[in-house]
Amino acid sequence: MNIHEILSSPAAAAEREGPSNKIVWSSRVRLARNLANTPFPGWAKKSVRVETFKHIRDNVLQVESMKESFDTGMDKLTTLDKQILVERHFISREHAAKNTGSGLVLSQDESISVMINEEDHLRMQALLPGLQISNAWTAIDQFDTQLEHGLDFAYSKKRGYLTACPTNLGTGIRVSAMLHLPGLVLSEQVNQIIQAVNKLGLAVRGLYGEGTEALGNVFQVSNQMTLGETESDIVERLNKVLLQIVDHEENARVKLMESKPKMVYNHIGRAYGILANAHSISSKETMNLLSLLRLGMDMELFAGTSQALINELIIITQPAHLQKANDGKLSAEKRDLLRADLLRERLKGVDRPVVPDTKTLEDSQNQAESE
Amino acid sequence: MLCDICKEKEATVHLTQMVEGKTKKIDLCESCSKAKGVDDPAGFSLADLLLGLGASQEMEEADTANTKCPQCGFSQADFKKTGRLGCPECYEHFEEGVEGLLKTMHKGTRHTGKAPAVWQQTKDYVDQMHELQTLLDKAIAKEDYEKAAELRDKIANLKTEYAAAAKTP
Repeated sequence: MNIHEILSSPAAAAEREGPSNKIVWSSRVRLARNLANTPFPGWAKKSVRVETFKHIRDNVLQVESMKESFDTGMDKLTTLDKQILVERHFISREHAAKNTGSGLVLSQDESISVMINEEDHLRMQALLPGLQISNAWTAIDQFDTQLEHGLDFAYSKKRGYLTACPTNLGTGIRVSAMLHLPGLVLSEQVNQIIQAVNKLGLAVRGLYGEGTEALGNVFQVSNQMTLGETESDIVERLNKVLLQIVDHEENARVKLMESKPKMVYNHIGRAYGILANAHSISSKETMNLLSLLRLGMDMELFAGTSQALINELIIITQPAHLQKANDGKLSAEKRDLLRADLLRERLKGVDRPVVPDTKTLEDSQNQAESE
Repeated sequence: MLCDICKEKEATVHLTQMVEGKTKKIDLCESCSKAKGVDDPAGFSLADLLLGLGASQEMEEADTANTKCPQCGFSQADFKKTGRLGCPECYEHFEEGVEGLLKTMHKGTRHTGKAPAVWQQTKDYVDQMHELQTLLDKAIAKEDYEKAAELRDKIANLKTEYAAAAKTP
């Protein structure tokens, strides 16, 4: 099975648009559910896991919106295919490590994915482009309700939905958004924002969730508490915080252009220079530089180039996507060469960033400094 | 003061976090704090640290420390090792320890959100049945047979209604 025949192409995935998507790249709501009277996947015997997997998968496939979906056991996927699914954010890194007795069902439009027998029996998520966590919640709430017809969920009046880890207990909800915050990083305000967000009981993490670093100025903000509040309270609170962060990022970008335009242009120009001319480049450096290129695009320094190109480059320069496109496993050194080739080729049609007259810039910077 | 995680080395990193008015505190030695990524503001959250730690202490103090979950055989030692429970039933069995643990990590300890529709129906049914049954017992005790007959009819109606509702998805 070739996973590329099932998944949308990176180019098509990169075209997806949503509100505020300059700064909010995607919104996600996931629910954790377990079957009553059945041990959690981490404690269940293999035979039990295999049985629950089949039972859950058959029920998930009954749901109207999942009729045309893609479903697979994790044992049927190669390591590379699993990694591709991680890079597309359809499964967690933990799930990629699973084999027999675990699986995935992905809706045709890729907006709903259900991990079966991850840490919980079901981890279902709605993933939408841009800032639309309320829509994501509505979608996954309906999906969950439809699943109730065939699945008996572990639930108690007092504790709500029972989950393997007490941190997910109650609503089992994790609401998160992926934010691109180069303005706050460049103006060195991002740590302040992270601390303020932490104080509200929300977590800030890197690109691939728990324990990952914030590559490319991309941060994931999510709720931590799941018990003692309703789902809509959690969604609304996060929505408010996200709107505020978007505001701060927009302000930071405006202020940077007033006080340090040269610094910003320098970063973007160098990022373009390296990406368009390198002959070997790591995925980490690529991500960090593409972030700056994307900032330049948001600022309209690259006339005629769409943000979809950058989105696509972010997807296809990641290790698994790169290897898949080149027919198999490659060493890190070889990957760095191929990645650089790919970037040079794809950036051929993108002209150097055009910045306003430098003389006026210097004046405005001098003026800003003397103020 | 010893490190909360390894309980071997001297704690030199003291963290206090205020989350919505509640203070959460943890003391770590240097190597554990590095291992947990405390020096990196992006990758660190106190709730993750508290899990399986303040958690296991709570569980140790509870009476259930040495017993296993009757449903799945999961023990408190297993929880300490994994930070996860064995099955839904474990929440009942380790109730005492869990209560304290939940206080440290959540806004409240009682669920206020969504409930499965079937469960909601059943809950309403059980509540109403209980109420009617109590009234019926009282009526019989008072030898008010007219009232008792009325209540018996109500109970029968409720049962048929519930059975019908349970059949339609």
